Amino acid sequence: MAAVKIRTDQLNLYYGSRQALRNISIGLRSGAVTALIGPSGCGKSTFLKTLNRMHDLIDNVRIEGSVYLDDMDIYGAGVDVEGLRRRVGMVFQQPNLFPMSVYDNVAYGPRVHGVKDKDRLDRIVERSLREAAVWEELRERLQRPASGLSGGQQQRVCIARALAVEPEVLLMDEPTSALDPVSTIRVEQLIRDLKKQYTVAVVTHNMQQAARVSDDTIFFLGGEVVECAPTYRMFSRPLDRRTRDYIDGRF
Amino acid sequence: MRRRKQKDLLLLALIDLAAFLSVFLLAGIVISVFARGFPAVSGTFLTAVTSILHGTVGIAGNIVNTIYIIVLTLFIAVPVGVGAAVWLNEYAGHGRIVRMIEFTTETLAGIPSIVFGLFGMMFFGTTLGLGYSILTGALTLTIMVLPLITRNAQEALRAVPAGYREGAIGLGAGRWYMIRTILLPAARPGILTGVILAAGRIAGESAALLFTAGSGYLLPEGGMGLLRKITESGGTLAVELYLSMSKAQYDVAFGIAAVLLCMIMLINLIVDTLVSRMEGRPEPEDLQMHEWKSADRRCNTRGREYRWLPLRSERIN
Repeated sequence: MAAVKIRTDQLNLYYGSRQALRNISIGLRSGAVTALIGPSGCGKSTFLKTLNRMHDLIDNVRIEGSVYLDDMDIYGAGVDVEGLRRRVGMVFQQPNLFPMSVYDNVAYGPRVHGVKDKDRLDRIVERSLREAAVWEELRERLQRPASGLSGGQQQRVCIARALAVEPEVLLMDEPTSALDPVSTIRVEQLIRDLKKQYTVAVVTHNMQQAARVSDDTIFFLGGEVVECAPTYRMFSRPLDRRTRDYIDGRF
Repeated sequence: MRRRKQKDLLLLALIDLAAFLSVFLLAGIVISVFARGFPAVSGTFLTAVTSILHGTVGIAGNIVNTIYIIVLTLFIAVPVGVGAAVWLNEYAGHGRIVRMIEFTTETLAGIPSIVFGLFGMMFFGTTLGLGYSILTGALTLTIMVLPLITRNAQEALRAVPAGYREGAIGLGAGRWYMIRTILLPAARPGILTGVILAAGRIAGESAALLFTAGSGYLLPEGGMGLLRKITESGGTLAVELYLSMSKAQYDVAFGIAAVLLCMIMLINLIVDTLVSRMEGRPEPEDLQMHEWKSADRRCNTRGREYRWLPLRSERIN
């Protein structure tokens, strides 16, 4: 069993007075893909965003408990949040490329963290686009506005942008929900390739997708973790009745 | 069914009539101003200063003053207004103080300009001892146009898709870095719209300037005189227009009106070109499947809507 990269301990989250996450204590294995599944509003996206402190942007969110990245409590005192987000990158549901060229989009992260050297940026951009499997399609049009790309290309450039800062963990919030089937397959293939170098967590509505891409699966319901197991085991022999019902499509 | 259809037709006719009327009125005004104004406009009129000694009638001084006032006012008001908008939207949260400031801003926007004139004269002119000067006028107008610039900038910042913020923050960008590199560039066309509106109001303002910037009509002297001009009295075209009317010099008044109209059109044209260039419209071959997107973005021009409208898909979340 590989080492645990991210571990949460008795994590609770409240939006105002409404509790959205209850006592979440789980781990994400290093170099594995973990799928977070569950019906809408079950807290899986909320949970994902606790892992790189994206909730800091929103007022009225209160968090209890701890999240450990390796051995660092990311909600502890004196944590460098920007450094944390460099180590734990994120890809969102809707492709959200900035209104600038493909190149500048991918180079944005490295520039944030102080890379100015043109040659080095060129290398980072190429490496990231290659890793995200869009280099061949886009190498001729790096300086064009990113808004002209297709949805699938945009999402893969978003992944490249996240990879450009060399994160250790990649969080993906329903990365294929806005994509067509062909693009979805390409992104899924990409997710499987990425785990060689990264720890990946994917939120998905799609059970088949979870089965196809993940090594571990966590099933959320009503802000709680119902079951957390290796994917093949959960999909063949779910222990909890609610998990079985959900996998059978009875929600 | 039939009556319904008739009713529709009647309504449609009324709408057409209303549209026609508004266009017709505007065109009528422009045409009559130009028709009466242009005969008064001549080379001397534009390049000379009114002088009994030389027997000339000219508005060169007023043109220069107008440019001084516009530039100086915007020079002060744009950084302050945009800064205030960034602070209100990005840093201040939703507390009581913010609501109070926003309420005050709205109120400020509705105050008649003569009130600003009175305040400007008393405070900047007398209390601060700036007297009748272009600086007094510009400071007064700064207060007047600040709400306009701030509100527009706020709306423009709000219209930036949330995904851009999340994307930048998610990559580890600090708040200010995100604002500087993503938010402000994306909001720039909307901010510029506010600036044009402000420039238009400044060019057309007379009441607030009459007792602050005064009515001086001389050209600045060269060299240091160009700087010194700021502390001297200077009437803009709109002020001179008012003064000519009160002296029953209607030919001059119409001449000035024609020049003023041209100037405002020119400002609009320049900024329009700037804005569309800034948007960096996708090149034709990039459009292909996505033509509807840019059509979506282009359909709004002035006012509260911005060309940088987020795409429908970007707005979700």
